[in-house]
Amino acid sequence: MEAILEMQGITKAFPGVRALDNVNLVVRSGEIHAVVGENGAGKSTLMKVLGGVYPYDSYTGAIRFEGRERRFRDVSDSEKLGIIIIHQELALVPQLSIAENIFLGNEPRIGGPFGPFVIDFPTAYRRTQALLKKVGLAESPSTLVGDLGVGKQQLVEIAKALAKDVKLLILDEPTASLNESDSDALLELLRDLRAHGISCILISHKLNEIAKVADSITILRDGVTVETLDCRAGPASEDHIIRSMVGRPMADRYPRRSPQLGATLFEVKDWQVFDPLHPARPVIKGIDLNIRRGEIVGIAGLMGAGRTEFAMSLFGRSYGRRISGKVLRAGQEIDVSTIEKAVGHGIAYVTEDRKGAGLVLNDEVGRNTTLANLPAVAPRGIVDRGREYVVATDFRRKLNIRCANVFQQVVNLSGGNQQKVVLSKWLFADPQLLMLDEPTRGIDVGAKFEIYSIIARLAEEGRCVMLISSEMPELLGMCDRIYVMCEGAFVAEFPVAEASQEKIMRAIVKAGSH
Amino acid sequence: MERQATAQQSLVEHGSAGAAAPAEASASTVRASYLDYLKHNMREYGMLLSLVAIMVFFQFMTDGTLLQPLNLTNLVLQNSYIVIMALGMLLVIVAGCIDLSVGSVCGFIGALAAVLMVEYGLHFVPAVLICLLAGALIGGVQGWFVAFARIPSFIVTLAGMLVFKGLALALLQGQSVGPFPTQFQLISSGFVPDFFHVEGLRLTSLLLGAAVAVLMLVSRVRSRASRISYGMEEEPWLLFITKNLVFAAILVYLSYLLASYKGLPNVLIVMGALMLLYDFATNRTTIGRRVYALGGNAKAAKLSGIKTERLAFYTFVNMGVLAALAGLVFAARLNTATPKAGLGFELDVIAACFIGGASASGGVGKVMGAVIGAFIMGVMNNGMSILGVGIDYQQVIKGLVLLAAVYVDVYNKNK
Repeated sequence: MEAILEMQGITKAFPGVRALDNVNLVVRSGEIHAVVGENGAGKSTLMKVLGGVYPYDSYTGAIRFEGRERRFRDVSDSEKLGIIIIHQELALVPQLSIAENIFLGNEPRIGGPFGPFVIDFPTAYRRTQALLKKVGLAESPSTLVGDLGVGKQQLVEIAKALAKDVKLLILDEPTASLNESDSDALLELLRDLRAHGISCILISHKLNEIAKVADSITILRDGVTVETLDCRAGPASEDHIIRSMVGRPMADRYPRRSPQLGATLFEVKDWQVFDPLHPARPVIKGIDLNIRRGEIVGIAGLMGAGRTEFAMSLFGRSYGRRISGKVLRAGQEIDVSTIEKAVGHGIAYVTEDRKGAGLVLNDEVGRNTTLANLPAVAPRGIVDRGREYVVATDFRRKLNIRCANVFQQVVNLSGGNQQKVVLSKWLFADPQLLMLDEPTRGIDVGAKFEIYSIIARLAEEGRCVMLISSEMPELLGMCDRIYVMCEGAFVAEFPVAEASQEKIMRAIVKAGSH
Repeated sequence: MERQATAQQSLVEHGSAGAAAPAEASASTVRASYLDYLKHNMREYGMLLSLVAIMVFFQFMTDGTLLQPLNLTNLVLQNSYIVIMALGMLLVIVAGCIDLSVGSVCGFIGALAAVLMVEYGLHFVPAVLICLLAGALIGGVQGWFVAFARIPSFIVTLAGMLVFKGLALALLQGQSVGPFPTQFQLISSGFVPDFFHVEGLRLTSLLLGAAVAVLMLVSRVRSRASRISYGMEEEPWLLFITKNLVFAAILVYLSYLLASYKGLPNVLIVMGALMLLYDFATNRTTIGRRVYALGGNAKAAKLSGIKTERLAFYTFVNMGVLAALAGLVFAARLNTATPKAGLGFELDVIAACFIGGASASGGVGKVMGAVIGAFIMGVMNNGMSILGVGIDYQQVIKGLVLLAAVYVDVYNKNK
């Protein structure tokens, strides 16, 4: 079988990071090719290169599709050839019907003088019906997409791809938010498409699903191709895949710590949270957690496991509805029902969405620093700007924030320095429990070490740190204890000495596949 | 890699570091060249310079009529209500909202005042208090819908605009109602009393103007000194002193001009006091600071423990009170309440804020910018009227100036 796609020596760098380093990917015509790797291994970046999201002069390497070298300037270039990506966040307009979504930007027109401007709805509906039949979706073409569940929306996306004469279909974590039967239906559909000669790249964390459908598996790690396995003769061993995904030597990338654990300071008991939009759907299912003074506790899990939701619901109910459970500080139950109260009890939450929810981007470094504890520099409600300046300059020095002065707008700082400003803001509130959500996401390696050093020092000062991270080496390098979270519950707990990436991955895979 | 020198200084303690900061910063103060400073503060100087340029232009074109004492007094009286509302509007815009209802509220409160004082013969003090309270209530209701019911402010205040325009008509039953009691008229038509009886000059007014200029100079110098003592970078000394002396001179000169007519209008005193109050509130208080954070990034503000809903609510209450005050000033100036009062004021007020550098997406804007913006609009209105430019082309020109001001702003930002 000849190859439909060959990606050779793809290298793509962002400021401070090399996301892809000489990656090779060969997809044979008419196969289902799985691409696996940890979060941040470069899977999505690779697909964006393939789809033309990153135009051909922004990376190095060659893409050959159907035997010819291709240079995509944008997404429409790749779509014209039949390369279609279905992203994890579906690109459907909920207010429009299935038919309107399927032909969005590609509408059949009527003939005659007004032809180019008027949609030929009878044709659109007829073709939609045929497409829906192909993907096995029993809905009327005029149903609004917003009225469908996620599983059915996924099928609409595939129908949309079929309408564009797809030759290579790329699915990014298609089953992440689907239940068992929807997932099976989707996998069945992929097999069906394969029988009709459509090739497919499947990005997934669920190794059991991959074992069911994949003809080959390419494993990425840290932006490098580790290996490609051929599964046509027999399925690859899960152990082998996991080892390849995580098996990197843990270099000296973390500050050395000598943890001095004190008494248990914070406890969370039977914490339950429901989805704010679907009040019947539980998001956090009865979590128990405890943290000792000076301890760094990690929470591992895949995207969508509910880690951010858990932390935010603890932090003044910033997320969710019908929240129940207890939070104890030094054995006493505390009220964390508003952010103000949570901060008052010494809790701080450093968001994963640094720009969207952590900083006032067009404001100054200093003014961002004092925002969460403004009264401390504002006796009687009047800001003492001198005091504020001293505080901000002090943090700038201690956290080594690189900026011209504290009057610089944070929007002009690098990601690592922005993160230090967010940390300053919360350190100035003098918390006893810091919940850090992906504190090193999108930060280059050097700045990461600085952030790790700050975290280590906070623990050294006897504070409790809860570290949420999708990077397992980071958890293993920094934490004293690791909880593993899957689908809104803790499914395992390891002291760091007993933890390994394989064990964590296995706990997730095991919990996810029943 | 080596560990950072921990030296056992806690990450969250401060104060001890304050001493080290000034030395480090004073070196860079010297480095900051004048050009650099001007470049970084272009916006603030640019605004004031545009106003001066426009004034000089019209002074020249109208053969000196613009700055004649009588006309200057009129200029102040004509713009007072716009300036007063611009103070509140600035906060609303900085918070990321808009208020389209201020013109109608202004007219409605004027009508309410007329009904209370003229038809019911109520004394002007309780009448004024009731009117201000009504303004707060109106702002509160609109603010509730915006902040707590989460309806976009554009829609809520568009509805309010219609409602209060209609209510003003209903209150007045389509008639003009007046005249007001003399004491009430003094809000707008009164002047600061004179104690010296110098021929052709209200010396008290001139002295008052001079005193304000001196106080301003002193406070600027003191705040500069205190900032330097904390080691903050400051604008170069020569620039600082020139700017402030010129500013003080202009202040004294303008009060001299006003003093050679009838003196400082009462409403100028009210306006001046409010300007200082709001400038202070936005720059120096926690409330002001939090409004900027709310408009800059509501999510981040909320996650920092700021009660964002309550804050948005109060910016509307504040706007309501100021719109009511403006309504009273306007009614007192016309000495009647008419159903057409306040028509289109919201446009001038909003334009003043945007000309003054406020951002439509929130989080950016200065009180003094909005005031200057209001006076740019006012001087153009006044100057073009003297020149005999028709109301038709006046609007065209004002519209183009608004667009140009914001375009220059956006262009500079993207550069």
